[in-house]
Amino acid sequence: MARAEERDFVLKAQVMSPDDVRRALTRVSHEIVERNKGTDDLVIVGIRTRGAPLADRIATAIAGFEGADLPSGALDVTLYRDDVALRGPRSLEATTVPGDIDGRVVVLVDDVLYTGRTIRAAFDAVLDMGRPKAIRLAVLVDRGHREFPIRADHVGKNLPTSAEEVVKVHVEEIDGEDAVLIGEYR
Amino acid sequence: MIGKHLLSMDQLTKEDIIEILDTAESLRQVTDRPIKKLPTLRGRTVCNLFYEASTRTRISFELAAKRLSADVINFSADSKSSVSKGESFKDTAWTLEAMGVDAIIVRHGSSGAPHQLAKWVKAHVLNAGDGAHEHPTQALLDLFSIRERFKEFDGLKVAIVGDVIHSRVARSNVKGLVTMGADVTLVGPATLIPKEARSWGAKIEHELDPLLADLDVCYLLRVQKERQNEQLFPSLREYSNLWGLDNRRMSKMHKDALVMHPGPMNRGVEIAADVSESERSIILDQVSNGLSVRMSLLYLMLGGNEGEDS
Repeated sequence: MARAEERDFVLKAQVMSPDDVRRALTRVSHEIVERNKGTDDLVIVGIRTRGAPLADRIATAIAGFEGADLPSGALDVTLYRDDVALRGPRSLEATTVPGDIDGRVVVLVDDVLYTGRTIRAAFDAVLDMGRPKAIRLAVLVDRGHREFPIRADHVGKNLPTSAEEVVKVHVEEIDGEDAVLIGEYR
Repeated sequence: MIGKHLLSMDQLTKEDIIEILDTAESLRQVTDRPIKKLPTLRGRTVCNLFYEASTRTRISFELAAKRLSADVINFSADSKSSVSKGESFKDTAWTLEAMGVDAIIVRHGSSGAPHQLAKWVKAHVLNAGDGAHEHPTQALLDLFSIRERFKEFDGLKVAIVGDVIHSRVARSNVKGLVTMGADVTLVGPATLIPKEARSWGAKIEHELDPLLADLDVCYLLRVQKERQNEQLFPSLREYSNLWGLDNRRMSKMHKDALVMHPGPMNRGVEIAADVSESERSIILDQVSNGLSVRMSLLYLMLGGNEGEDS
């Protein structure tokens, strides 16, 4: 079977526009602070690739309305995945988690929550760096089909999908424009 | 992609080398964490098969495999192993294969031994030094160490000084440096520079002094003391006078130029003690970078599905 990236992505619909993405991230940013009752001990960590710019935007947004500088970072979970042997080695990106996470609240940020396997890998990666007081999860899109008992604390948009469908998140920093697309590989 | 085995620098393109070095760069962060371990190669078994003495290479590979959670077996062909009972290289290889190792890291006194091993076994084979042929992981860690300081290889002036003819480190380094675009000169007595060296893409010089001012990297090879008896150079003292790097010679190099040595050093022969401990010397960086580079290779070679990559 051809690898997913080598097949053609056939677009069915755009489900979020740049404005939708902006509003969803703004709401999620507020929810994170509300849930945490302030910004004390918060660390925002994006899961690479597309969670990383989203985490930066959330941290910047919170800094804007709370007036407090918030540490943010990025996590490459490739080496912790349970499918390394199936998918083969993939190139690594830098993990930049700011300072000491012991006793802090780590908010993981990812673009799409699907099987939950990436988040499971992220737990291990975070715990190898220290012992946070709590780990929370914020995602732009939750498309369902969980394979592990994992749920998000903050969701930009719940998107019911079939398993055959593919959800693609585009972010301005990487793809030139924000969008959430739904389609299929043919 | 690197391929199933790592036998020679010949098999690596510039892109392959960059991928290996970039991956090593990402993996280096693990060394600075409280928990210096990754789960990536859990359940894989790596065997160090060493027919020649080694400290840094064997320990470096062992630690690299352990940091990635692989199991490690160390096999040294000494009086305690079955080699002393006359077991052949082939039978040892098949024995390891029967135990289900996923990778064999081999050092052997005969050039080409890793190539032969790769034909016998299904496991990945990594050359950790074969005779006077190659030592690719040494070259890769040296490239990593140079890139760390200079960022680019294009036009970088590197001299590799000393016993080139017996040096697998020199062969692998010339290939790697030339592939990356560096300007390499081999320096030493005519008796210690092989005739075919020009075909490797390097220049040949016999005097070190006139080159010093232009050098970005002065890479000193270990003088294999046992070679003295072969009349290839008059004496260790004479060698040291003509090609050894001492403070006087080092002071002619420009301020950012580096001094490198693959170890183990003969202090006072090819390198003066104070040179090896000077600020230009990145000899210990080479050792620590070796760990990241070997982790990178093990990840890139063993990280995939055993069934699909052959």
